[in-house]
Amino acid sequence: MMGFEIVILWSDLLIWLLVAAGVALGVLIARNPPLLAAWRRVGANRIGMASATVLLAFVLVGLLDSLHYRVALEGKPGQKVQYAVEVLSVLDALATPLRTRNEKTYSEPFATRLYAKETIDVPGQGSVREYPRLKHGGQHLGEREGEVAADAGFTAFRAVALAFVVWMALAGLAARVAGDGNTDGWRRIWRGDTAFAWNAVLIACGLILLIAVPLFSLSGQYHVFGTDKVGQDVFYQVLKSVRTGLIIGLVTTLVMLPLAVLLGIVAGYFRGWADDVIQYVYTVLNSIPGVLLIAAAVLMMQVVIDTHPQWFSTAAERADLRLLALCFILGITSWTGLCRLLRGETLKLRELEYIQAAQAFGVSNGRIILRHILPNLMHIVIIALVMDFSGLVLAEAVLSYVGIGVDPSMTSFGTMINNARMELGREPVVWWSLAAAFSAMFILVLAANLFADAVRDAFDPRAA
Amino acid sequence: MLAYIVRRLLYALPILIGVNLITFALFFVVNTPDDMARMQLGVKRVTPEAIQKWKVERGYDKPLLWNAEVGGLAKATETIFFEKSARMFVGDFGRAEDGRDIAREIASRMGPSLAIALPTFLLGLFVTISFALTLAFFRATAFDFWGVVLCVAMMSISGLFYIIGGQYLISKVWRLVPISGFGAGLEAWRFLILPVLIGVVSGIGSSTRWYRTIFLEEVGKDYVRTARAKGLPETLVFFRHILRNALIPILTGVVVVIPLLFMGSLLTESFFGIPGLGSYTIDAINAQDFAVVRSMVFIGSVLYIVGLILTDISYTLVDPRIRFE
Repeated sequence: MMGFEIVILWSDLLIWLLVAAGVALGVLIARNPPLLAAWRRVGANRIGMASATVLLAFVLVGLLDSLHYRVALEGKPGQKVQYAVEVLSVLDALATPLRTRNEKTYSEPFATRLYAKETIDVPGQGSVREYPRLKHGGQHLGEREGEVAADAGFTAFRAVALAFVVWMALAGLAARVAGDGNTDGWRRIWRGDTAFAWNAVLIACGLILLIAVPLFSLSGQYHVFGTDKVGQDVFYQVLKSVRTGLIIGLVTTLVMLPLAVLLGIVAGYFRGWADDVIQYVYTVLNSIPGVLLIAAAVLMMQVVIDTHPQWFSTAAERADLRLLALCFILGITSWTGLCRLLRGETLKLRELEYIQAAQAFGVSNGRIILRHILPNLMHIVIIALVMDFSGLVLAEAVLSYVGIGVDPSMTSFGTMINNARMELGREPVVWWSLAAAFSAMFILVLAANLFADAVRDAFDPRAA
Repeated sequence: MLAYIVRRLLYALPILIGVNLITFALFFVVNTPDDMARMQLGVKRVTPEAIQKWKVERGYDKPLLWNAEVGGLAKATETIFFEKSARMFVGDFGRAEDGRDIAREIASRMGPSLAIALPTFLLGLFVTISFALTLAFFRATAFDFWGVVLCVAMMSISGLFYIIGGQYLISKVWRLVPISGFGAGLEAWRFLILPVLIGVVSGIGSSTRWYRTIFLEEVGKDYVRTARAKGLPETLVFFRHILRNALIPILTGVVVVIPLLFMGSLLTESFFGIPGLGSYTIDAINAQDFAVVRSMVFIGSVLYIVGLILTDISYTLVDPRIRFE
């Protein structure tokens, strides 16, 4: 039994904190009839629930990648245990073959040979220039190199069969829940008679299984998305990028939210000099073009990090802190829009009769804000949260390209694209890294956009 | 009107001072000039003398806010804040790391930036408004539905993909236009056509969806019903009434970005090797040239505030109900 030490990175802490906050919010919503009704409307939206299912799959990958540990190194008994420098996650452990089976350099998806020619010594023929066999991709085929398609097809077929079995189990479970004690649950789902969009969820689950199960089973023997310049599996990089994207999209809102809500309500409710100061601050921040403010702040952060190497014990910790700093900077630069919305809405609310009645009864300001104003702003907050997410994921890629994104050692969609963008100039074209990064990002952002639309339709009182 | 504009300009002054203070705090207080010197000089050559020399060359050796060693007014003027931050108000941006005058560099790079940004802006506006109007005309049909789906899909694609994909397909595979570069005079159009096209396409998704909701809001209004009631054909209702009225929120919404067109686009310019302000900024970020980044932040905010003022003025021009008060 190998020992290990649990490592809790700051971003892990925050992401699990967010999960806890999500659960707490769920409990709160369940007790609040109007919010519950709104979420029921989201639940009835087929496109919304299908995209929520896809998002959940991404979140699952991200959460698995947020449990970190360090393996204990082999040492003499009795000695103090030393731990490896490399920080691994549960996802790394699950995907060990993907992580460790590196090739020398580029190779195409499902290739058995390297992208570049090399001089190899062939017994009897001297040295020959040819494409060397990959160390891992398709190695189990041995001499039967030409049978890649048949072998991969067979593996994929088995995986699809497995996916179907799993899906049937899920469908059965859903039918029991939707049937609510009756036996006709399956028929109701099929016809779309259920209040919750079970059929959309099941279709989305089916699609995810249909794609994910074959991908995972094939990736044991092949590099399904090829390998990059240093021979790392691109599929593994895509999986690792998910966490970075999620953290940028979620933790940023965690930074932005308290600022926007607190200042927005204070400005709108108390007015007077507090309003003037807050308005001044957000007008100033707003008038600096976003990218430039981020660039300036990130440059300064880099100087701080570079001049204080003693703060970080591992490279992972440094990259992690830099990621959080980026979230923090993005949060500081993006709270102004939501703050302005909330201020305007609070200004409207405070003139309504029930608030004035509360004031006349002598209810304290804090209590009025908490019990009467805040609940009535929740729909704006929730809409803003889901709308911002997709924009932040896209922004990460652009910022990493500009050189003010995440640490270059951290895998993200942006760094993947940045490393691969010169490769289209090669002959033959190295397209797979870019294609994989762009498609994964597209699916994540599209799901987030569609889900955001569903949430907005359900929560926005104007769009009835 | 003039009084109004003057008042708005005066109101903009405290905001600019705020921007100036923020950039000053970011660039000189969060990190001292010593830190910046160490960063620029690299780890190997860092000696106290080298740092001092670096600071003297750039004028960073003075106190931040208050110089107690000199007398009179110079107490406030012989400081980093006055020389580096306050002097930006009169257009003096100092020198970049390569020794060139930043103000002159900015003036010469505005042209290429505008050559890309202006056609992209105008063509993009035309294309997205036409597309949105068509979608609104065929509202609640399959065409509208799939149009919106297309928009959502297009806005879910990373901007980088449009640029990389466009360059690959049009320049490398089809060899229609040069892949990047910039030419002077009339020859420039061959270099401009691809970045403009890509800029327009990448903006279609989000803008069309936004304009479509504006059109749909207008469609439900009373004057539209009146127009239909007097027997106008639907096309005429759209072009004569709805389009005109919807243009008010659309145009006033885009006026704010017009001054920012001078700044160019970071991504497009750096991918296409266009010597504009966007690529200037990116180069400065990569070279960690703090003076240039600081200047660009300041200019960007000035242009944004100009945009805000223009927006207010444009409201009153297109909508006679709004008065300057």
